[in-house]
Formats: sequence, C-alpha cells, structure tokens
Amino acid sequence: MAEKLKRFFRGSQLFQWIVNIIIFVFLVVELYPIIYVISCSISDPEAVNAGKVFLGPVGFTLEGYKRVLEYKDIWIGYANTIFYTVVGTLINLIVTLPCAYALSRKDLAGSKFFMIFFMITMYIGGGLIPSYLNIKSFGLVNTRAIMVILGALSVYNMIVARSFYSGSIPYELTEAARIDGCSEFANFVKIVMPLSKALVGVMVLYYGIGHWNSYFNALVYLEDRSKFPLQIFLREVLLQSKLLEETMSNNPMLSAEEIAYLAEIERQADLIKYCVIIVSTLPMIIIYPKLQKYFEKGIMIGSVKG
Amino acid sequence: MKRKARQQYKQRYNFRKKVLSKWQLYVLMLPAVLYTLLFSYKPMYGILIAFQDFRVRRGIWGSDWVGLANFERLFDSYWFPIILKNTLTLSTLGLVIGFPLPIILALLLNELKNEKYRTFVQTVSYMPHFISTVVMCSIITMFLSPANGVINQIITFFGGEKLYFMQEASWFKWINEISGIWQGIGWSSIIYYAALSSVDSALLEAADIDGASRLQKIWYINLPEIIPTVVVMFILRCGSILSVGYEKVYLLQNDMNLIGSEIISTYVYKVGLEQSDFSFSTAVGLFNTVVNCVILISANWLSKKVTKSGLF
Repeated sequence: MAEKLKRFFRGSQLFQWIVNIIIFVFLVVELYPIIYVISCSISDPEAVNAGKVFLGPVGFTLEGYKRVLEYKDIWIGYANTIFYTVVGTLINLIVTLPCAYALSRKDLAGSKFFMIFFMITMYIGGGLIPSYLNIKSFGLVNTRAIMVILGALSVYNMIVARSFYSGSIPYELTEAARIDGCSEFANFVKIVMPLSKALVGVMVLYYGIGHWNSYFNALVYLEDRSKFPLQIFLREVLLQSKLLEETMSNNPMLSAEEIAYLAEIERQADLIKYCVIIVSTLPMIIIYPKLQKYFEKGIMIGSVKG
Repeated sequence: MKRKARQQYKQRYNFRKKVLSKWQLYVLMLPAVLYTLLFSYKPMYGILIAFQDFRVRRGIWGSDWVGLANFERLFDSYWFPIILKNTLTLSTLGLVIGFPLPIILALLLNELKNEKYRTFVQTVSYMPHFISTVVMCSIITMFLSPANGVINQIITFFGGEKLYFMQEASWFKWINEISGIWQGIGWSSIIYYAALSSVDSALLEAADIDGASRLQKIWYINLPEIIPTVVVMFILRCGSILSVGYEKVYLLQNDMNLIGSEIISTYVYKVGLEQSDFSFSTAVGLFNTVVNCVILISANWLSKKVTKSGLF
C-alpha cells in the first residue's frame, strides 16, 4: 500500500489527476453559461424572473419563442443580416483570394512593396471620423452597399491565405498550365481554386461570422430601420425592460390596459431575452459543426507565416 | 561609365518586361489594392482635420488651421486622465492575465491522454468565440443582475450580500477581462496547440529515458517549442495595447460605471459622432494611433534584444 502511494505521488499519476481535474473544471465553466441560457429560454417566465433556474429548465413553455417570432423587427433584421452576410462574404472572397494568390507567387515583381502597402493599414488608419467623412464623400452613408463593402479586405486573412497558397500550391503546377497557353486568370479559377477548398472554408467562416455578428458599423453608418441588421434589433430587445421603465416614468398617465400590457411584457421580458439570444445564434450553431474541421487547419495555415 | 548606364538600362528593361509579362497577376490584385487605397489610405489624409477647426461645409481645405489646439484641449480635459488610465488598465489586465492563460490551456490539453475527450473539450471551448458581442454583453448583464442574476443567487445562497456589479466602476475591468477570457481562451489556444504538435517525439522519448518528470518535459521541451509563436503573438498584442475591444466596452457601459469604463475609442465615438466634434475626436484617435505605434516598435525592439526574434 505504502509502496503504491509513493509511486502515486512520485510518478506521473498525480500529475495526470491534476490535469484532468483542471480541464474538467474548465469544461464546466465554459459549458455552464450556454446550458443556462438554453434552459432559461424554455423555462416558466416566473421561475426565470425569480432566478430559480440553476441548471435544467424549470417548467416548460415555448411562449417566449412565440413572442419573439411575433416581433416583426426580428424578421427584418434576419433578412438584412442574411443579405449582408452572403453578399459581404462573397465580396470578401473576390477581393482577398486573388490578391493573396498573386502575392504568393515568387515571380511577382514588387511583392514586398505590396505586402508593406497592405500591412501598414493593419497598424495605421485614419480613425473613426476621417473614415466616416470618407464614406460620406462617396455617398455611401445609410446605404446597404456600405454594409457589404466595408471590411472587404482583412489584411490578416489575406496573409493567412497567402501562406496557404505558397505552402500547398506548387509553382510547377501552374507553370505547366502556363506553358500550355493557359492564362493566369484561367489558372487561378480552374487549377488553384479547386485545390483550395479548405482555405475557402476557413475564409467563409472567418468573414461570415464577422458579418453576422457585426454591430458597430451599422450603428455608425445606418439610419433607416428597414436596413438595420439583426444585431441592432437584438440590442433593442435586450434593453427592452430598460425602455419600458423609461416609458413608464415618462408617461405617468397610462391607461389601465396599457399598464396591463406593459406588465405582461415585463413579466416575460427576461424569458424573451433568452429566447432572442438563442434565435439569433441559431444559424451559427447549425453551421458550426459543419465548418469545424477547418478551424485548426485554418489557424495552422496562419501560423506558418513568418 | 557608358557600360554602367547600359547595364542600368538593361536592368530597368528587364524589370519592365517582368512586370509586363505578369500583368494578369496585377489585375488579380486590383480589387484589393483599390479597396485599400479608397478605404484605408484615403481616410489617412483626413487626419489633417485633427489640426483644424473643421467645418463640414467648408471641407478640409477651407477650414481654419489651429495647430495643436485640439491636442492641448485633450490633455487639459477632465476625461483625459480617466480614459488613458482605463484604456491602460484594461489592456494591461488583458496582457497579464488574458495572454498567458491560452498558453497554459494548450499545454494542459496536450497532456490529455484520451483523444476523443480532448477534441470534445476543444470543441466546447471554441463555441463562445462565435457569440456576438451584443449577445455576450447581455448575457453578462443578466448573469450579474442583482435582481435575479445567477451569480448573485449563488452569493446570497452562501449568505453573502448582493453585489451591484454593473453599477460600480471598480468592477468593470474584472467583468470585461473575465468574460473576455471565457469567450476567447479556447480560440486563442488553437495557435499554441498547433505549434505544440510540431514537438519532436524523439526528444520526449529521450527525456523519458533520462527520467524526466512530466512537468520537466513541459518546461524544458514543450514550452521552448512554442516560444517563437508566443513572442510573435505577444508583439502583435502589444501593438494593439490602446485599441481595446471597444465594441464590448461600449455595450457594457452605463452612466454608473463610466468612470471605470470610458476608454479612448468609446470616447472618440461619443465626441465624434454623438456630439459631432469632428476635429477633437480625430485628435483623440490620432493620439491613440501614435501611442500604439510607439509601443509596437518598442516591444519589437525589446523582443529582438532579449529573444533574438521579432516581428520585423
């Protein structure tokens, strides 16, 4: 027995136990808020308001989801966000990938100049106001176009793509096609693109998530409610109880019916918040497992740079 | 002399030929170059308005020049010490706590024996990265709510007093940092984990034969392997020391915690677009950029001195 204990403390077993415990605690901490939000979204509104939910759902109701789906702005936001995400990501790919490919070619004269040209913008920029005035001078403020154009090129992603191309598309491959009379454009579309599915996956993921979650650009550049993306409406709903309090205090002469209506929404306010979180994050949850295999590959591609 | 000129001409001719024969490659780059010129370089000349009393109607060339008046106003303003201190506090916390944790996580994950379990832990840890800032901030507010938030429920369950997290300025930095770690630790650990996969297994076997403990192997083999990655990430992080994630800070702010939560970039937004004080806002932004560059260059210089490797 003593011999066994001694081995336990001296050998790697104790170490393994400590690692396992730390990782387990980590896992619980990462998972808990996610489970909690899901549980709250289907729990009884009274239980949610009273803070009785701790892990699993208390009671069961879908009335929160029903209310969220009745909320018209959410649908407008959804449609706009899908449009911005799809078109924006497409523009991202058209701008980023050809440029990254050209820069990965070692026979490109001046590639170092262009790399510096792009990388400077990672650290130095005009800042918020000059950018705003610039976009205003193009007449793009409060247009849908600005939502898909802005951020068309992420220099970081371009460098990731360049490393991928120079690492996994051998020069000789495209050289052979060139000798056979294939143009650079045809080369890129017919030979390079089919070989870079993993890269496209990573880029769609990086850019797509950025578009889906983007909030600040819309806040700065959009004015019409009909053009707002989901995140702006989301913010409104999530601050709703605060808004209600304000309307209550600003208009003390509300009719009994109005107060009853407000109270009803107030009762469900927290529930609705949890539901709206789930509804807005759902597409990510669905896409996530499908693109997951690309994650590590993508970051590994990026880490090769030097 | 003549020969030299001819050689130069020949070189230039060759260069031109090289460029011309590859014109299609430049066309491929055209969209990116155009975008960068129009949306990144063109606004840079707008920085000039930091030295002006800018009026939109009169434009950049018609507005009056005021020299450094906007900067003087900034340095004298009530908010300047507050936003500078808050920005530095938030970014230093991120650097001291938020930076090493993903490295530790990667090292620990590397020690897990069961591959399926490890993949599961990793998958779960990436998930929060995909939650939008808006959603993240409301989850934080709801969790910390004194009325029915789960954190305060737990505190009262153990007999403690309710804490008004969002109302007190002193809590803000911790809320921002801890939630940031929760959201980003898994994602940031990938790059270190990837670097760990290139550790030579022969080295580990040799260490086994020499009787090295697990901890020793981590310290003497795994850690040195990822140091170059760590250095690059560290310098990159230093370069953005004053550009704390403003979206999240902006969304977590309220009137009560403003003393602890107003940072340079949120201040730029408020002064610039909410109060339309364009010149002053641009001056604040320019100050931010200059400090960032100075820190980046010094971090790179220091890293070259100490570890012999740098970013540029």
